[in-house]
Amino acid sequence: MDYLFTEQQQMIIDTAREITNEKIIPVRAELDEQNQFPREILHDIAKADLFSIFVPEEYGGLGGGCFEIVLALEELARGCVGVATSFAASALGIFPVMIAGSDEQKQKYLPEIASGSRWAAFGLTEANAGSDASGIRTTAVEDGDFWVLNGTKQWITNGGESQIYSIVALTDPSKGARGASIFMVEDGDPGFSYGKKEDKMGIRSSSTRELIMKDCRIPKDRLVGRRGTGFITVMKTLDVSRPGIASLGIGLAQAALDEAVTYAKQRVQFGRPIIAFQAVQHMLADMAIQLEAGRALVYAAAKHIDNHPKDMSKASSMCKVFATDMAMKVTTDAVQVLGGYGYMKEYPVEKMMRDAKILQIYEGTNQIQRNVVGQELNKEYS
Amino acid sequence: MKLLVCVKQVPDAKDVRLDPKTNTLAREGVEAIMNPYDRHALEEAVVIKEKLGGTVTVVTMGPPQAEAVLRESIACGADEGVLVSDRAFAGADTWATSYTLAKTVETLGGFDLILCGKQAIDGDTAQVGPGLACRLNLPYAACVQKTRQVSAKAIEVERMMDDGYDLLRLPLPALLTVVKDINEPRVASLKGKMKAKKAEIQQLSAADIGADPQCIGLAGSPTQVVRIFSPEPRGDRQIFSGSVDEQVDQLVACLKAHL
Repeated sequence: MDYLFTEQQQMIIDTAREITNEKIIPVRAELDEQNQFPREILHDIAKADLFSIFVPEEYGGLGGGCFEIVLALEELARGCVGVATSFAASALGIFPVMIAGSDEQKQKYLPEIASGSRWAAFGLTEANAGSDASGIRTTAVEDGDFWVLNGTKQWITNGGESQIYSIVALTDPSKGARGASIFMVEDGDPGFSYGKKEDKMGIRSSSTRELIMKDCRIPKDRLVGRRGTGFITVMKTLDVSRPGIASLGIGLAQAALDEAVTYAKQRVQFGRPIIAFQAVQHMLADMAIQLEAGRALVYAAAKHIDNHPKDMSKASSMCKVFATDMAMKVTTDAVQVLGGYGYMKEYPVEKMMRDAKILQIYEGTNQIQRNVVGQELNKEYS
Repeated sequence: MKLLVCVKQVPDAKDVRLDPKTNTLAREGVEAIMNPYDRHALEEAVVIKEKLGGTVTVVTMGPPQAEAVLRESIACGADEGVLVSDRAFAGADTWATSYTLAKTVETLGGFDLILCGKQAIDGDTAQVGPGLACRLNLPYAACVQKTRQVSAKAIEVERMMDDGYDLLRLPLPALLTVVKDINEPRVASLKGKMKAKKAEIQQLSAADIGADPQCIGLAGSPTQVVRIFSPEPRGDRQIFSGSVDEQVDQLVACLKAHL
């Protein structure tokens, strides 16, 4: 379907596609097998200016919005969701600065994020704070011209690989969620280290790691926004970032459909290519229908969000749920179409199915997203 | 450092067909791309520019539509493109092409290092790079697989050989032709693509470069193509088996039988 992209949007798609075809697809199986972070590819992505698409022009970016990120991520995810996740995590990590940071913070961080010379990461999740983000225990205490952070973040994407981390910590533990603030912590800060690196089912090329802050002293100007406004910024950040996760589902499902149709045309059983059988055709048709519906919803939601409406959360959550549930279904069906071959690592669809699962879990489980949609409906009809 | 890269627009080798009647390359409907080796020459030039500073100029001889490879080069880091285009250049072989490029280089002037792909995938001659160096009386190294060191005065390179490589040190100005092992070409950047779209492409005609009409195009080409044909597939293959010694014996016997 033709979505009437602008010339710049088409350029973003073409560039991301070239990265995927030339740099990602040839090595994705090896990165997955060896649990290897795609440093080289992120450098290629940086050279191609893709890190700059979401950064405002005054800070060396292209000034694109949520929709432009979605377009780039979709193409990168067609190659590998692990690589695309590592790219996306840098955007997620710097959104708090873009949303609530001071001019000085923007001046300091955004040009290097745009050039891809440094990468960011987002540190919210803790052992006891997943779906219930208000359960965080990490604290930040004022000490003269410094903040002192203590606590451990868990499952942080790009942990140990990025140089800049936005960390959510309690500045007023007695106030719960209203007592949270965001701080920029940098690789090499005293008291900041990396812990356990996770061994995952899918997106194995991405790094998922613990961040440990033990009397981590950072200058006072690392506080992002006003003290106590951390959770509002977190929610705004996730509203903008979730369509990106949805688009990973779109790109992944597209890749799975491409593999399934190509295989079905070649595979001969009972004297005919299996695509000639209605049972297979209907499966492929359903995959394509779900995929196109998902793409339309993600694009519509991303464009809606770029207009900064009040009901951002609902659109953001809706597209995340639909596109990622769809990706799980489509990749599972792709394995089914390829049959025994689909289950083998020689073919790319088993990896796609493993990669799909995380999309339903991270950046807010799909159950939490349904809560958001449900609560918004409740408000709308009151 | 003033760098020059010579590039050529070629039909995509994934889709090569001969017209069965004329036995010439069927170019209709075949996508035109930058010669793959030239992408590596361009990347090497851009890497050297990033290291030492300077400019990268890209030149191509070809029809007006060859401008596309110049814009692609600018998107990948080149500073400017020069299209050498004239009806009089049509039918040029490697002799006439190297003459035309040499006159172009003399017209533009002042290059420290010229890079070419090892060969173009349409003609596959690998003659234009070395030919250009000879006409310009420059030291050159063909089939370069690695740049070891480069300064404003000299360049040290590895020249790929069948059994390893030669280490060569060339005073500048010089010319290199490169193989694919030398680097991994980058993907064109977004800002590069925007720059490429707006870039002014300099056009030079035969008169602009002061070319002798007898030395360019068909008139300047001593090569005569007598016939182009697709060779018949040959089915009379023989596969030897057994130990290496046995296979060698069989091969020797077979060769002797044909002497």
